[in-house]
Amino acid sequence: MRYLDEYRDPVLARRLLEELRETATRPWRIMEVCGGQTHTLVRQGIDELLPAGMRMIHGPGCPVCVTPLETLDRAMAVAARPGVIFTSFGDMLRVPGTETDLLSLRARGADVRVVYAPMDAVRLAAGHPDREVVFLAVGFETTAPANAMAVLHAARLGLTNFSMLVSHVLVPPAMTALLDDPDCEVQAFLAAGHVCAVMGWREYEPIADRYRVPVVVTGFEPLDLLEGILMAVRQLEAGRHEVENQYVRAVRRSGNTAAQDAVREVFRVTDRSWRGIGALPASGLELTDTYARFDAAGRFDVGGLSPVEDAECIAGTILTGARLPTDCSAYGTRCTPRHPLGAPMVSSEGTCAAFFAAGRTRSAP
Amino acid sequence: MTVECPTPRHEDEVVMLGHGAGGRLTSELLGEIVLPSLGDAPGPLEDAALLPGHRELVISTDSFVVSPLFFPGGDIGSLAVHGTVNDLAMRGAWPIALSVSLIIEEGLPLAELRSVMDSLGKAAQEAGVPVVTGDTKVVGRGAADRLFVNTTGVGQRHGALHPSAALARPGDAILLSGPIGLHGTTVLSTREGLGFEGDIASDSRPLHRLVRTLVPLGAAVHVLRDPTRGGLAAALNEIARDSSVAVEIEESAVPVPGPVAAACDLLGLDPLVVANEGCLVAFVDAGAAGDALAALRSLPEGAGAVRIGDVLPEGPSGRVTLRTLVGARRIVDMPLGEQLPRIC
Repeated sequence: MRYLDEYRDPVLARRLLEELRETATRPWRIMEVCGGQTHTLVRQGIDELLPAGMRMIHGPGCPVCVTPLETLDRAMAVAARPGVIFTSFGDMLRVPGTETDLLSLRARGADVRVVYAPMDAVRLAAGHPDREVVFLAVGFETTAPANAMAVLHAARLGLTNFSMLVSHVLVPPAMTALLDDPDCEVQAFLAAGHVCAVMGWREYEPIADRYRVPVVVTGFEPLDLLEGILMAVRQLEAGRHEVENQYVRAVRRSGNTAAQDAVREVFRVTDRSWRGIGALPASGLELTDTYARFDAAGRFDVGGLSPVEDAECIAGTILTGARLPTDCSAYGTRCTPRHPLGAPMVSSEGTCAAFFAAGRTRSAP
Repeated sequence: MTVECPTPRHEDEVVMLGHGAGGRLTSELLGEIVLPSLGDAPGPLEDAALLPGHRELVISTDSFVVSPLFFPGGDIGSLAVHGTVNDLAMRGAWPIALSVSLIIEEGLPLAELRSVMDSLGKAAQEAGVPVVTGDTKVVGRGAADRLFVNTTGVGQRHGALHPSAALARPGDAILLSGPIGLHGTTVLSTREGLGFEGDIASDSRPLHRLVRTLVPLGAAVHVLRDPTRGGLAAALNEIARDSSVAVEIEESAVPVPGPVAAACDLLGLDPLVVANEGCLVAFVDAGAAGDALAALRSLPEGAGAVRIGDVLPEGPSGRVTLRTLVGARRIVDMPLGEQLPRIC
């Protein structure tokens, strides 16, 4: 596993930081779209070593954070039903719904299980024909292909007891929504390497062109991020606005076409509500009519849901980069990973959780 | 027909898995429920307790509920011996005797029980500590997860070696006897079939002989702790809290094996909070650090011993910081509860 060491070399890191300081003549503001990138930046303290005035803006790319409260409440209601095996990725278990979370439901007897891949849920369904197995299918373009494959596999097996609660979201509509906001401060983007490994970067080219904003496809290791930031700054300093690829070891311009085909077969683009941000047109995926029988929302009528966000949580402004976690009056006091008020404090990729884990504190007023 | 969501409003009213993960939730459970009912506990919570009236004797008890029962590098039987031997050793004690109590779920194949017991017996023999008493209970199917093992150990302290979690001092060197993360990632990978099993094995092993090499350093050895549940992060936080000192470690100095780093990366886990069963942390007087490292490295189980940091001369008491690879500084917090693999 040499590659890990190579992309964490302290000497190279310091060299990139020096080059960055020599290159940046202005306090540029760059958004890292992905929560995984936020996590690395904060854990390594890279954002605190940047040239004076330069700022990273933490973007909306944490799939756990942007899953709508209504979807979570629906998930809890389905998971609490007798006969259901409810499956999810681990970090969804702690996300607060309006009244509870999946971990608490499990402690009270609901059959909630962590899976590492959606195919695990399909296998569970095949092995438990007398139970309904439901998978909470959230995430960006990164997780969509595996979820699509799981649906295709369940269809091939003829399973009638497998379904998904789908709440997929797409990155480019979120980027354009941010850029359309007149208060937007973002001058360049680090695009999420994993998303681009699936989708390529062609869809970012019109965005870079139309908004005159550099986009650098960037990986997740410390050196990836430092190099991605440097590439973005070089473009900004030169007045360029192109899509460049820092993550050459994993990403091609056209992406992974087989994965894209699977996604197109199973899902179609739909309007989607983002937690903390609101409704964005054509920003999500839902099952096509051909596979609608695998839609858990259709299969389980859970009654009227009344999601209520915590009034104190400023998750929306954090997800759009308008505020920092440390700006929130509840940060670190009433809102902690132990008792999160909002989703960004839950997932390890959430901006608030990343700040909290790194011990960031509020500045004295 | 519609179904009303029967979700509870007070999610803190029941025990959760995270309460057993060795982090902040475990602390809360002990502090709020367990300890108050036992009267005032004298001093910090240690790996093993001094036996009242017999200050050279220590006692420790531990229950092993690992799933699966068998994993690369060990099984629940050997783990039950190593875990308790190590808890005694972390108070500077040599193990004298163990008890073993079994809770067996109806339906467990006898061949598996025999295999576990053979391994347990072999581990005890290799550690040189007899099992002198025990108990066996069988419970109905579903009342336990195959097999639970409880071991209690009594040990005798070595001469001047009296380590305690409360004895770390400013200026102390922090030593680590070997790589971290192996046990936790091995068990997780084996349980979930994640495919790392071929590259990785638990570090489960007894550490009492390693501790014995430190005996000549006597009182210069301030703290010994094996970072099991909650990993290195929890152990360092407990020591910093109990000793009221500020601790700093260097990320580049902490040995994380490649397969552990890869598994943690994939799952979104932090190697600092992943469980270990075969390494120890030692806080020693800075002047004795060289001798302590040489002593640790003299045995195979300490061959990879390194200095990972220091107790700061001053700083907020109870705080653990890490110098990152790029030279920034961040706080290493006490883990909360269960480690949950991330989504992508």
